[in-house]
Amino acid sequence: MDLLEYQGKQLFRKHGVPVPEGRHADSVDAAVAAADELGYPVVVKAQVKIGGRGKAGGIKLARNRDEARAHAEAILGMDIRGFTVHELWIERASEIEEEYYAAVLLDRSAKRPLVMLSRMGGMDVEEIAARDPQAIVRLHIDPLLGFQDFHGRRLAFEAGIARDVVRPVGAILGKLYEVFIREDATLVEVNPLLVTKSREVVALDAKVTLDDNALWRHPDSAEFRDVSAEDPQERMAKERGLQYVKLDGNVGILGNGAGLVMSTLDVVAQAGGKPANFCDAGGGAKADEIVAAVEVILSDPKVTALLFNIFGGITRCDEVARGLVEAFERLDISVPVVVRLDGTNDEEGRRILAEANLEGVHVAKTMLDAARRVVELAGPVPQEARA
Amino acid sequence: MSILVGEHTKLVVSGLTGREGSFHGLNNRRYGTQVVAGVTPGKGGSDVEGIPVFDTVHEAVAETGANTSMIFVPPRFAADAILEAADAGVELCICITEGIPVHDMLRVYTQLKRDGRKRLIGPNCPGVLSPGKANVGIIPAHFFKPGSVGLVSRSGTLTYQIGNEIAQRGLGNSTIVGIGGDPIVGSSFIDIVQMFEEDPETELIVLVGEIGGDEEERTADFIAENVSKPVVGYIAGFTAPPGKTMGHAGAIISGSKGTAQAKAEALEARGVRVGRNPTEVAEIVAEILGARV
Repeated sequence: MDLLEYQGKQLFRKHGVPVPEGRHADSVDAAVAAADELGYPVVVKAQVKIGGRGKAGGIKLARNRDEARAHAEAILGMDIRGFTVHELWIERASEIEEEYYAAVLLDRSAKRPLVMLSRMGGMDVEEIAARDPQAIVRLHIDPLLGFQDFHGRRLAFEAGIARDVVRPVGAILGKLYEVFIREDATLVEVNPLLVTKSREVVALDAKVTLDDNALWRHPDSAEFRDVSAEDPQERMAKERGLQYVKLDGNVGILGNGAGLVMSTLDVVAQAGGKPANFCDAGGGAKADEIVAAVEVILSDPKVTALLFNIFGGITRCDEVARGLVEAFERLDISVPVVVRLDGTNDEEGRRILAEANLEGVHVAKTMLDAARRVVELAGPVPQEARA
Repeated sequence: MSILVGEHTKLVVSGLTGREGSFHGLNNRRYGTQVVAGVTPGKGGSDVEGIPVFDTVHEAVAETGANTSMIFVPPRFAADAILEAADAGVELCICITEGIPVHDMLRVYTQLKRDGRKRLIGPNCPGVLSPGKANVGIIPAHFFKPGSVGLVSRSGTLTYQIGNEIAQRGLGNSTIVGIGGDPIVGSSFIDIVQMFEEDPETELIVLVGEIGGDEEERTADFIAENVSKPVVGYIAGFTAPPGKTMGHAGAIISGSKGTAQAKAEALEARGVRVGRNPTEVAEIVAEILGARV
């Protein structure tokens, strides 16, 4: 789960990472009230889960109330690379003297946490990294030992941080590591890590990604879920415990296991079709989950045919077949359905389907046959649906 | 010989008394795997259809000589169960559990590496099957027969798909290994490919990858330098939507790596033939093995 800046800063504050004072606002009036309370100048910042806000005009300095109002009006509702701005963060303006870059992330190749620090912060850090890899110093941390004070000093000296702030910068790296560990994050990034004119070091931005698998350990963080920014179908799928990603084609796809579903998308595309979604019913899906998945997929009006591609291991094909029969009883299914069932209890599954003798259900022998058949039945992607 | 599991396997199942644990544990026994014990704290002294249940893995190992563990416990207890198995001296631990927090796995991985003699497969994996010998996990074994194709995959169901396509061409498998789809897994493609290279029963290796990370790219380099047997690849996710962005840091780490295209190209550049769909993978395998007979 990616957090918004202000949510990340909430976690920073909790673990002692210094951040500028600010207020959350979801309306123009609330933004102006927050700015008045903080005192001018303030910065009005769009809260979206994507980088490049500054360049897109989503971050503006307001020196007085009129400017605060004008900026809040302009930024709320703005579209930043496909993300609509529903929330603002109003922050007391900082006097910038130096901008650094700091991050703690999971390096899956090394299978260790990786701490990074650079003297060259601010925008375009990716370009800096590509041009001059030396500009970013890196250190892997042993997760059983944890982050030590000397790690912080070493990174700060090696990155060429100004001598007078080596200690606070090192200390902040330690605290960012603590956020990473204690909050079960997979990414904690600060860009820029700011040195003010009065030589204070503060996190001016916060980009935090939490591990969804560990949310049970953090009941407080569950409230960070930002439903307003999610696609309604994706939200519906999440509520039903399904892995679902909406795509823009017309072939609805339901499978079990991320790898097989990805492969199914590829094979449908190779057969000339256009997948409408990625939907993984997960391991061990029961009849109820199958009904829920069909419901979610068919709530997309673009879907003109549905492909079930199941290879059961922990998932039992008889359960899937029962789910499909139940879906036909409970839902109004008007599109053709192609079913491919193999794996655990597949004979029983096929028997259940044969006995139900559902109209519009076609059983295919192989995945490739199923993909070709469903593409044929789906027909071309309608023009109006492409918009 | 096969790798990892076989006639020598004596399996202890953590979570045997649970619904899924008993279903698959008994399924494994029906296949011929020696399932010698189950572990559920508090249920020691009971049994599951004749398989004795112990309170601790240490007790199970002492009483039955178990050398392989299968983990079937819920995600919040799974890391602890892996560590318990390793601490009890079990050499091979196969963790089926899905949804373990990644920080738990970071610590478990580091601890097992430090130990050095313990091997973990998974988590979030379908397990290991050596057809005709032993099945540990949830792989639907009746689709596979003994043979010379070593199959290693990050995805469970995709493993069945490709294994089945190969079987339909009359070919069999030495061992099928699902290494798991999580960011941190105990054994990598490289580990398993190395075992297949050393296994006299394996003639050809099939590597089934997917988008994300850079395992496949690094394995391609390893194959070029260390593997004499033919390797056939498959990568899922050419048309998958781009994954969640990892922010700047992720981009710095991975660069252009991680896409299906980049992975397929890396493998092909190292002499690995890559099928564009599961059926094509099986065709290539049949062609190579057919040409050798």
